[in-house]
Amino acid sequence: MSRLDLINGKVEMAHGGGGRAMAQLISQLFAQAFDNEWLAQGNDQAQLSLPAGRLAFASDSHVVSPLFFPGGDIGSLAVHGTINDLAMCGARPHALSVGFILEEGFALVELARIVESMAQASREANVPIVTGDTKVVERGKGDGVFINTSGVGIVPEGLDLSGDRARPGDCILLSGSVGDHGACILTQRESLGFAADIRSDSCALHRLTQAMVAQVPQLRCMRDPTRGGLANTLNELAQQSGVGMQLEEAAIPVIQPVQAVCELLGLDPLYLANEGKLIAICPPEQASMLLDLMRAHPEGQAAAIIGTVTADPQQFVQLRTRFGGNRLLDWLNSEPLPRIC
Amino acid sequence: MKYVDVFRDAKLAHQLAQHIHQQADPGRHYRLMEFCGGHTHAVFRYGLPALLPDNVELIHGPGCPVCVLPVARLEQALELSRLPEVILCSYGDMLRVPAGKGQSLLKARADGADIRMLYSPLETLALAQQHPERQVVFFAIGFETTTPPTAVLIQRADEMGISNLSVLCNHVLTPAAMHAILTPSEGEATTIDGFIGPAHVSTVIGSEAYAPFPRQFGKPVVIAGFEPLDLLQAISMLVGQLNRHEARVENQFSRAVTPDGNPKARALVEQVFERRSSFEWRGLGEVPASALKIRPEYARYDAEQRFELSAPRAREHPACECPAVLRGQKRPDQCRLFGTPCTPDNPLGACMVSSEGACAAWYRYNRGRIAMQERE
Amino acid sequence: MCLAVPVEVVALTGPGRALADMGGVRREIDVSLLDDLEVGDFVILHVGFALQKLDRVEAEKTLAMLQQMAAQQQ
Repeated sequence: MSRLDLINGKVEMAHGGGGRAMAQLISQLFAQAFDNEWLAQGNDQAQLSLPAGRLAFASDSHVVSPLFFPGGDIGSLAVHGTINDLAMCGARPHALSVGFILEEGFALVELARIVESMAQASREANVPIVTGDTKVVERGKGDGVFINTSGVGIVPEGLDLSGDRARPGDCILLSGSVGDHGACILTQRESLGFAADIRSDSCALHRLTQAMVAQVPQLRCMRDPTRGGLANTLNELAQQSGVGMQLEEAAIPVIQPVQAVCELLGLDPLYLANEGKLIAICPPEQASMLLDLMRAHPEGQAAAIIGTVTADPQQFVQLRTRFGGNRLLDWLNSEPLPRIC
Repeated sequence: MKYVDVFRDAKLAHQLAQHIHQQADPGRHYRLMEFCGGHTHAVFRYGLPALLPDNVELIHGPGCPVCVLPVARLEQALELSRLPEVILCSYGDMLRVPAGKGQSLLKARADGADIRMLYSPLETLALAQQHPERQVVFFAIGFETTTPPTAVLIQRADEMGISNLSVLCNHVLTPAAMHAILTPSEGEATTIDGFIGPAHVSTVIGSEAYAPFPRQFGKPVVIAGFEPLDLLQAISMLVGQLNRHEARVENQFSRAVTPDGNPKARALVEQVFERRSSFEWRGLGEVPASALKIRPEYARYDAEQRFELSAPRAREHPACECPAVLRGQKRPDQCRLFGTPCTPDNPLGACMVSSEGACAAWYRYNRGRIAMQERE
Repeated sequence: MCLAVPVEVVALTGPGRALADMGGVRREIDVSLLDDLEVGDFVILHVGFALQKLDRVEAEKTLAMLQQMAAQQQ
């Protein structure tokens, strides 16, 4: 088989066609980078021996633009995204699959970069990519590359985390600063013309979450505030549990350049995406211990207790401002757009 | 952030609020209108009403160019965007505003229209040069703060000899709108005691531009900066004037507003634009000499000249109380439609359309407080 | 209405253009509506244009006045 031209080559329709070209792409690019016994076997599926426990199963698709940004790319985002979805219920992520939808004409050198980034993320997290699929769509019908990752994990016995378990009196914790990923992507949009030293916070949270559930198995739930941001995710949880929430604005960490971008574009960091943060809700007597534990972890250094769960038939998520007044954190229909008014 | 954070100091805010509590005459009710949508936003974001005494009431004015843009003008932009050769460029604010039949610029984009969001109008210049076979149309909105950038755009396009760019001009004027609010509608005298003047419009038009209001209507105007401490100081200054039965223009935002504003910017605007004899404002109705159009000398940059546009008359919901709310005669929650069915996600009138509209701001920020009060 | 923020002019980059900084975020802005701008000046930025210079003496005066008003409450 000839070598793939990873410098000047482009994705062709044949690469998704099931023939030799596709086999070449898989063996010389994907299998080489992801490098594990399951992919080496070359079957259509991976057969896994799973440890005992309940199976957790999650899926995530990624369509981010731009594909590459400070702190990551669509590849590492995809790996972290599914690992985190699994991690949020306390599961130990076990294996991932990846599905690529490639656009005809997409540069192989960029695909190689994305694949290498995924391989690195997978290695660092110690969660292998064991199976996958590739399709190619005609030029103009895709955004370069779309990625789906799915994954399985095992939930240790005795854990029962779920978004409907929050109770009045519970404490709400946040693992670090919000708005970083959303602000990063915005400043990378060339047309807006802003330059900022903001990195996406994309990272795998499973080591943090496993430490958290090991120490505090009574955790009610965890969730990562991705698209929609902290405010929308909290509204989701409030509705799922049928409760209200009272947050403290002064307690929510936001780094300065993110705050500045939001001032310039008229946005609220509480509604911007995060890809390496989590919300945890726990019984009040565990909050202090949980906070210390989180802060001792690299992914939770800036962790904070940001509020409490309340009894509220209207399920409002409210924010006590620095000025002492209260305002509603509405559940928005869609992502906020930059404004000039 | 310099010159921002210091004007958001919570401790100072509380002390200022206490000062206002002492100033306010318990036998009086002070009705102060903050004209500017950005001020409305700040008022609610920082929870200022909770800090003020009950007899100092803030009324939210129509200073939100998104809210007061008639639906008919938005429909003209939509009409243009559907022409295959047009690339329609707009600020983010307009993209989700609903037009008739559930349409919006974002929905039109989903249907295939080429609609691009921009931050600065100058981005249209590069776009026009990159796509010589297309027609780039800039959907211009805004008060006097936003107009000079559009003027610069048109002059620059002219200097560069760009021929495939035009502007759909919807720039409006602040003093004319303030005048309309103070002028009694249907025989009712205005109930507004004083104005908090807009921050950034004033950096361009200058504090002297408000001089007619105390003269003609006997109402004080205090121009306020954008931050909560600025607003509180301005409120204190207004209460002070009212207590002393004074009516003059004062400038709290002296770090950015001068009596003359920015004459260079105004001269440029004067060169490129002229006043329309009348313009229909959503919620306020027809207001004379309140809006701008592009001068004949620059007609080739005027989308209204370049394209054949229909002039549909949009009708407002019959139960919509925006005219009364915009004049400060009714509170948002006093409108029958407020909350059901009129919400920020399903706005039926001007005041709910953008997050700075009086009703939208009220809905976002007050609902929680009212619900809590009702429970207690 | 108009979302505008005070930003620092960190470099003059050409006729009518400057590099502005706010809290570490930078953008090239149009300064053709102002005259006699210098590096270190603060301007009010709106849709990519500097509309007015910030008078730092006045800013300090306003702050001092605010602090004085507040002090009277103690």
